[in-house]
Amino acid sequence: MRMSKIVRTGACILYPLIIVFGLYVVVHGHLTPGGGFQGGAVIATAAALVLVAFSHADIAGMVRKIVFSAQESLGLLLFIGAGILGLLAGAPFFANILANSGLLFGLAVPPGSNPGDLNTAGVIPIMNIAVGVEVWGGLAIILMYLFSATGGEGA
Amino acid sequence: MIEFLIQVAVIGGLIASAILVYSFRDLLAAALAGGFFSFLVSLEFYILQAPDVAISQAAIGAGLTTAIFIIAIRSTTRFEEETP
Repeated sequence: MRMSKIVRTGACILYPLIIVFGLYVVVHGHLTPGGGFQGGAVIATAAALVLVAFSHADIAGMVRKIVFSAQESLGLLLFIGAGILGLLAGAPFFANILANSGLLFGLAVPPGSNPGDLNTAGVIPIMNIAVGVEVWGGLAIILMYLFSATGGEGA
Repeated sequence: MIEFLIQVAVIGGLIASAILVYSFRDLLAAALAGGFFSFLVSLEFYILQAPDVAISQAAIGAGLTTAIFIIAIRSTTRFEEETP
């Protein structure tokens, strides 16, 4: 059973906007309220919106469950990789070796009051992105298994 | 003073939506009233200066939980039967 055409069109319009807002929350995790978990949950809400609006056959044609499963594993590997990066540089586990180094996310924090520079804080944005990808995949695959177990059909 | 009035309005909305969840026979309307309850809780978190928790509550409580309820209602029946 699929919802009416108004619901489906509204879901298709809102889907990219919700994903862009969720990615904003994830990427600005070290500057503004929010972070990996909150942004990932917001993006999973977009997946829930599409699951509610479309029928089971439509969803089966759009995406497969193995994609979200692989995405969840990719997020966890990225998080562990960010920790081992410190070990490879001869520092402790999860040492913030990228901060103030001039590399990725490596600029120094400007002194005084300022609106915040995205290109700072070293390993912390990478960990935020990893947690965001992992929560996105995890919550989406919970919803997809629930949706396929109930068959998406009924009264 | 204005903040006190806003909090009184939010708590009144919380009580009203909780009573609506209990009294609706239409389960889809009850699930949406539960989503509105979570939205008001998220607004109260924001007023109490916890925007981090407010984003989590809005995404998990108002978004995902309502979606799970709607998926479950679509698989079963929409209207609650009269209890004998």
